[in-house]
Amino acid sequence: MAGGHVHALYRHGDTLIHGLPPQVKVAAAFLFIFAVVATPKEAWWAFVIYASTLLSLATAARLGRRFVATRMLIEVPFVLAALLFPFVGGGATVSVLGLELSRSGLWDMWNVLAKATLGLLTSVVLAGTTDIPSMLRGFEKLRVPRVLTAIMGFMIRYLDVVLGEFRRMRVAMHSRGHNPRSLAGIGPYARSAGLIFIRSYERGERVYLAMASRGYTGHMPSVNGDDAGISQWSAGLAVPAFAWLVAAMAWWSL
Amino acid sequence: MSVPTIAVTDLAFDYPDGTAALKSVDLHIHPGETVALLGPNGAGKTTLILHLNGIHMPQHGTVAVSGLQLTKDNMPEIRRRVGVVFQDPDDQLFMPTVRSDVEFGPRNLGLEGAELDTRVDSALDAMEVADLADRPPNHLSFGQKRRVAIAGVLAMEPSIIILDEPTSNLDPASRRELAMALKTLDTTQLVVTHDLPFAYQMCERAVVMDHGEIVANGPTPQLLADDSLLAQHRLELPYGFVIGAGS
Repeated sequence: MAGGHVHALYRHGDTLIHGLPPQVKVAAAFLFIFAVVATPKEAWWAFVIYASTLLSLATAARLGRRFVATRMLIEVPFVLAALLFPFVGGGATVSVLGLELSRSGLWDMWNVLAKATLGLLTSVVLAGTTDIPSMLRGFEKLRVPRVLTAIMGFMIRYLDVVLGEFRRMRVAMHSRGHNPRSLAGIGPYARSAGLIFIRSYERGERVYLAMASRGYTGHMPSVNGDDAGISQWSAGLAVPAFAWLVAAMAWWSL
Repeated sequence: MSVPTIAVTDLAFDYPDGTAALKSVDLHIHPGETVALLGPNGAGKTTLILHLNGIHMPQHGTVAVSGLQLTKDNMPEIRRRVGVVFQDPDDQLFMPTVRSDVEFGPRNLGLEGAELDTRVDSALDAMEVADLADRPPNHLSFGQKRRVAIAGVLAMEPSIIILDEPTSNLDPASRRELAMALKTLDTTQLVVTHDLPFAYQMCERAVVMDHGEIVANGPTPQLLADDSLLAQHRLELPYGFVIGAGS
């Protein structure tokens, strides 16, 4: 029950990108995404540049095509939602393969798809090169309040434990012949979800007791990380700086 | 005689629904002792240990740790002196890495820098888990998690370690590794367990609790050889296990 999914986002490596301090990578990723979001949708060439930049970074980090592609699959529901825009948007229409599609709907679809895909790709590169403990240290170095990083830490830590409980409950249900073939059979799952909630609540109490026993008085000690040097900051921030330059050119070109 | 590490005098505790969990408990543990706390489920063992580090406050009677009375004001020092290792290591290991988890207690005590590192390293070494320092706890085996949980408590440099069911869910090899690691510690230990052979192996003295009272207190081999005492309090040695026949 090692539950590898938390680490499923991370690919171990010793590339330049892996070696950058986490706070630099987190800040660079956020700034990069801001640049992408701030780019006008009409400047399609800017998005091509962003995508090539990210793909080069993924290559430089040796993430591998398959690794990146499978982690991008989470976007599928959003893609399906965006595909509806041309059908429901109003205004002028264009004829595509015999279908009358809304012109503004098509632009909106492109806008959402391009920006969401690039945002996700940025996260995949960040998560692929930064393991979770370092990511939390990075957030702390960026002065994200300790309470928030502690909550993130707890969430990640106990996700596996709770999923493990749910998995065992499901196996126990199947072992006693529960084999839902329709929506009607979903009842036991709903009840086990309720039970998981209660168990997690009780576990929360036990975790708190264990913390209090080790001197916890309401203040989480911070996790110290290494400071980043000027050269590391400039290397890391060069990427979003480039993206901001592209965004500025995109606005100027309109 | 030395100041007892744990001195519980006439301790009584009722749960809010009126159930008497502890009735006039007296228990003394002296420095360097390793004592087993035995008893059936619901005997009040857990309630007693939650009194030793002030999670529960005495309703009647007193608790003192190395001469320091358990009061609200003394709580931080009491919790440093009494290290409790809980039954489910998943409840205890909540930080993202083993090292940061072992650091949690000493940091709460205000330790930093080299002093903190020394403290953490020696705790990790004592439990032979130094090579796991940078791993996230969810990737460890159950036995490793348990030893890391103990390291987290050792790093507080407590006067006494209380282990709640330390061998539960361990496979025989992990159980032996745990026993070996615990044997090397010179800290006073109170081991709450149903695992009578483990108590026999680890503890020179045993205390039997039932219905919120201490019903027997003496050398472990002597208590475990008393068949009628064991039967009376729902304690059973594993099939084929004979006290004194080799351990």
